[in-house]
Amino acid sequence: MAWDRNQMAERAGRELHDGWYVNLGIGIPTLVANYIPAGVHVTLQSENGMLGMGPFPYEGEEDADLINAGKQTITELPQTAYFDSAQSFAMIRGGKIAMAILGAMEVAENGDLANWMIPGKLVKGMGGAMDLVAGVGRVVVVMDHTSKHGESKLLHTCTLPLTGAGVVNRIITNLGVLDVVPGGLKIVECATGVTAAELRAATEATIVA
Amino acid sequence: MKKVYKSAGDALDGLLFDGMLIAAGGFGLCGIPELLIAAIQKAGTKNLTVASNNAGVDGFGLGVLLATRQVKKMISSYVGENAEFMRQYLSGELELEFTPQGTLAERLRAGGAGIPGFYTRTGVGTVIAEGKEHKDFDGQTYILERGIVADLAIVKAWKADPSGNLVFRKTARNFNPPAATCGKVCVAEVEEIVPLGTLDPDGIHLPGIYVHRIVQGRHEKRIEQRTTRKREA
Repeated sequence: MAWDRNQMAERAGRELHDGWYVNLGIGIPTLVANYIPAGVHVTLQSENGMLGMGPFPYEGEEDADLINAGKQTITELPQTAYFDSAQSFAMIRGGKIAMAILGAMEVAENGDLANWMIPGKLVKGMGGAMDLVAGVGRVVVVMDHTSKHGESKLLHTCTLPLTGAGVVNRIITNLGVLDVVPGGLKIVECATGVTAAELRAATEATIVA
Repeated sequence: MKKVYKSAGDALDGLLFDGMLIAAGGFGLCGIPELLIAAIQKAGTKNLTVASNNAGVDGFGLGVLLATRQVKKMISSYVGENAEFMRQYLSGELELEFTPQGTLAERLRAGGAGIPGFYTRTGVGTVIAEGKEHKDFDGQTYILERGIVADLAIVKAWKADPSGNLVFRKTARNFNPPAATCGKVCVAEVEEIVPLGTLDPDGIHLPGIYVHRIVQGRHEKRIEQRTTRKREA
């Protein structure tokens, strides 16, 4: 037993606070928009230059001039504001975005994050990920705990090129929730049906009490 | 002084030379100067360095200049979605300077604002920081990034007036204003040129001082990822 993609997104949704400006990355983080708790109002930023991102458009209402950072067609909301990319990253770098929820390939016990490149294989680019992790108030990573081969993606040290050094605050995986604290990772909660012993056994990174 | 030109080719006349640095607006295929890119392909200008967040897709956007091998080097943050780019890059035919998206936007803005360099936390502790000056401010480490001044900026806007004042539409604004400002010369293609006095002076996104030539044209405005939701019954 463990959490599926939607349960991970739902758990990540509980990280949101009323009034926050938030940036959601591509993949499972995008699903978090479906699990914003009742009574919590957040404004979603799209780093290409928009605050107040709405849902996908109805068929036939797509607008080529209105896309999110994943290049998907989206819609605007009554509170939407548009701006250029320099201003967009000024608000990111300037610490105005409370939280970013991102995917990851690897996270290390000191909060190092790798999510943009596999040398010799995947060289698409970092996009805005390096700016986001360096600039926002809080970085929450949503990821699978282990690789397809069962190897831990929560490591002592990242093996892939970093997106940011010591930038991750909290990790939500299919097995549970962990915080980056002095000395390693601290278990915050275990996923449904997962014991602390199982979580520890699946984790290479140092787990502190 | 007349800023309005009849075609994208006319608007670029006398501005292109081999080995030049071009800054291009656009994010993905949204808000890209597709008519000016096509005109540069037709002109055959070679050994270009292009500062643009993305590199288009195969057969559209900057992808058309890659297909004709007119680009020597890209300065970009994300170049997925383009098989020809990957082929040329992995075989060593094409140079690539990866620049984080916000750092790229600020490099263009800074270049246009007369700022030769700036310090940022973005990329500290990553390969992006290698070889760059590091400096601590208030207990935080920053790296020095350089402003970009381009020989030519090519941008796409929604509306212009004959004085070059520009208005953009929704997320098609993206990199266009910072790219425009960093050009020694800036050529803008627009969907509509409206008479002087019809744009609200309080609603101008980019003042005409930054825009030297304008051309109106028909845009394909291709959508990269068409995503929709079902209508409730």
